[in-house]
Amino acid sequence: MIETISTKLSLKDVLGSLKVRLGIGRMDYAVEPGLYAIGKPGGNSPVLVSANYKFTFDTLRKNLAGLDCWLLILDTKSVNVWCAAGKGTFGTDELIHRIETSELSKYVSHSRLILPQLGAAGVSAHEVKKCSGFDVDYGPIRASDIKKYIEMGCEATREMRTVQFNLWDRLVLVPVDLIAAVKYSLPVIGVLLVANQFAPKPFDKTDAAVSAGAVFAGTVLTPALLPYIPGNAFSLKGWLLGLGCTAGILGLSRKYTKDDRMLAAGSLLLYPAISSYLAMNFTGSSTYTSPSGVNKEMRKALPLIVGASAIGAGLVLGSHLLGGRKTK
Amino acid sequence: MKHKYLKNVTTLAYSEKKCTGCGRCAEVCPHGVFYANGKKACILDRDACMECGACARNCPVGAINVNAGTGCAIAIITGWITGKEPTCGCSSECC
Repeated sequence: MIETISTKLSLKDVLGSLKVRLGIGRMDYAVEPGLYAIGKPGGNSPVLVSANYKFTFDTLRKNLAGLDCWLLILDTKSVNVWCAAGKGTFGTDELIHRIETSELSKYVSHSRLILPQLGAAGVSAHEVKKCSGFDVDYGPIRASDIKKYIEMGCEATREMRTVQFNLWDRLVLVPVDLIAAVKYSLPVIGVLLVANQFAPKPFDKTDAAVSAGAVFAGTVLTPALLPYIPGNAFSLKGWLLGLGCTAGILGLSRKYTKDDRMLAAGSLLLYPAISSYLAMNFTGSSTYTSPSGVNKEMRKALPLIVGASAIGAGLVLGSHLLGGRKTK
Repeated sequence: MKHKYLKNVTTLAYSEKKCTGCGRCAEVCPHGVFYANGKKACILDRDACMECGACARNCPVGAINVNAGTGCAIAIITGWITGKEPTCGCSSECC
């Protein structure tokens, strides 16, 4: 018996999606792989193939209201289509296997499958044809274009075939990275708070502000302003914004005395390097960076980031822990 | 505004000789690198290639080659450290 699924999301589904965006339990948010029905599909109804990540599944079904179609859900280990295609779990073998185990040919009289275009990195259409007899059509990239694609007689425009990475696409990815960065910072903050008890010149509000600024520049500002920041390399973009933030905050808040020069120099080395590293991590979230490119970028940027951080951290810690002003 | 990444880095290799003009490469490429209109495919925007490998995997005559992989810094660093092929360790949006 094929389960018919709704095209409306419940409150629980919406909350589930929100949790995923915040990085809570997103590795284990799955639906059962297999064949599902939307509306009242028959032998001639289209078959859409997708991943068993519930976030993907929900995005797809809410865009299918009013359609009668079949959904063939592959076991991608609760990973979205594009990432799973890269790993090979949204792949030729799993598709052929799922066509057989779901007994798809019992339910449809045609032999056409509509796959999400981003699944193509894992699926070889001609091999699927050879092994299962089913023809693969790659549908649009975005679920919101599927209805239009079907109405146009399974034709996609160039726009439907091109992956976007607009402001909203970038901003929804920010919380996961920001939360991760804060998580890694907590132990450091803990150690510094303890060290502050003994430091001749304790870490103060300005230090807190520049470090928060560095994280903000790398994980929020860089993604938000990505195409408008000069340079092509993410590390450079992040470094520029980090430098701007650090210099800005230091300029606003610190009175430059002789003793503060070492601290200022250390801060200007350390904090932009942190922003640069965090920005470089965003290559993983972006939709257009090639592994060859990221490799090249990192070979140049990582030694600089590590060097600047080491010297910068040395100067910052040195000026706080070893000397400078006497305790107030 | 179109995003641009590093130039002249992609490992994409295409043999026009082998191409039969089926158009699959243009159909699957998420960045419009290929153009095919019933004729042999041509490369429109080579620097837009992100090496996802969809074109090579779906070319029925093996006219396209690319070192496909994930353009993710963390995955590549992890690959350097463990000596394995870089794979994305995370789920969801992050690759």
